[in-house]
Amino acid sequence: MERPRKRHALSTRIWHWLNALSVIILFMSGLNISNAHRRLYWGHEGFAPEQAWLEVPRFPGWATIPDYYSLASARDWHVVFALVFGFSLLAFMIFAFANGHMKRDIFARAREWKPSNIWHDIVEHLKFNFKPGKGKYNILQKIAYAGVILVLIPLMIFTGMVMSPGMEAVWPWLTDMFGGRQSARSIHFLAAWSLFAFFVVHVLLVLASGPTKQIRDMITGGGE
Amino acid sequence: MQRRNFLAAGFAAIVAGCNDIGTSDWFGKVVEGAEGWHRGLHRALGGGRIAMAPEFTRADLSPYFRGNGSLTVDTEAYRTAEAEGFINWRLSVGGLVDNPGELSLDDIRALPQRTQITRHDCVEGWSAIGEWTGPQLSAILDTAGVQPDANFIVFRCADNLNGSDYYESCDMDDALHPQTIIAHQLNGEALPVINGAPLRLRIERQLGYKHAKYLTGIEVVAGLADIGGGKGGYWEDRSGYQWYAGI
Repeated sequence: MERPRKRHALSTRIWHWLNALSVIILFMSGLNISNAHRRLYWGHEGFAPEQAWLEVPRFPGWATIPDYYSLASARDWHVVFALVFGFSLLAFMIFAFANGHMKRDIFARAREWKPSNIWHDIVEHLKFNFKPGKGKYNILQKIAYAGVILVLIPLMIFTGMVMSPGMEAVWPWLTDMFGGRQSARSIHFLAAWSLFAFFVVHVLLVLASGPTKQIRDMITGGGE
Repeated sequence: MQRRNFLAAGFAAIVAGCNDIGTSDWFGKVVEGAEGWHRGLHRALGGGRIAMAPEFTRADLSPYFRGNGSLTVDTEAYRTAEAEGFINWRLSVGGLVDNPGELSLDDIRALPQRTQITRHDCVEGWSAIGEWTGPQLSAILDTAGVQPDANFIVFRCADNLNGSDYYESCDMDDALHPQTIIAHQLNGEALPVINGAPLRLRIERQLGYKHAKYLTGIEVVAGLADIGGGKGGYWEDRSGYQWYAGI
């Protein structure tokens, strides 16, 4: 397929911003939901302190949606944006595989996996040198983007589906895959914080690598 | 520095905006739409088959079964009923049915029984596994003869929380589901008071607040608008929880 003239395809840009909005709203409403029951468990069931593997802190109002404790309202936000999050990723994946974006820009080639190349990229990052080499993305970017698009976000979606009892009745094997509903809930929580870590590093690196052009390109598509 | 201010301002705007949007009428419509989408997807992905909630074995039972919400009914009548082993407890069956009536606990125990070990998921996030026994709601409805304009089942309860009588409701799809039972036993014993003695609803493809406790009546209706606060359940009316609690 022909290389698109723009730096970012329209489908990529639409998904990027829809996804950014969904992630922020889902994360912050999720923290409100977490406040309803702050203990995490492994396996199928769990409710008592002695069964928990972790008791998470109570998240303050400024970090949650809405900014006061309301499980019902937080769930409303979560339920609406879960659909946006899931279906926009699905649409993006269809476009990204069809237009070659995945194969061309996201999947790393064998030679990029050489330790010397990975080490080289780490050193360049530490020197704050973000000029791309031959490809669009360096190996660290490819690992991060592929990890988020193909692992973390699908993990969020599928563990979320397990926690929906109506959905679970339809696809019970999904619950078993994660080792039970409470395991899925724990994984949902861990993956959410991993996604948050990506978000922070991603924003910092954009700020460090010419944010005006980076953000403009993700809106207009940018030139060749 | 400016950039950071810009980001912080944007962030604050999102949060402030969310509070306003969250309480607006149009967002309420969006939520209703999303709830319908989830429910539609659950039904569509089921592909016409009857999707069943997972069932477990006795080895999976929770060490004990947590009680939540109302833990008893604070009335003299209930205390008396409990003291006499609920022999005079009645479950009324009424509304849009051909044969309205009342069922005693003996009547309920005389119906064909279903025993199921299922996981109870609270909207807060915790889960407990218990073994429930009771007749299928569909059997009770069959005997009563549901009329054609029936769309919902309303469950009346003895407990009063924060000044309002607890109640719940479901559509006919969940009412006639094989795992929807009127439980009178938990883990092989008579239902404990904290879990809704003597009768509670089990509606396994939905969250805990739908599983109405201390049941006194089943009412078959065409619409929910005139019942309670009009949203189909105690928590739906009081705090805006979703009526379809399968999400």
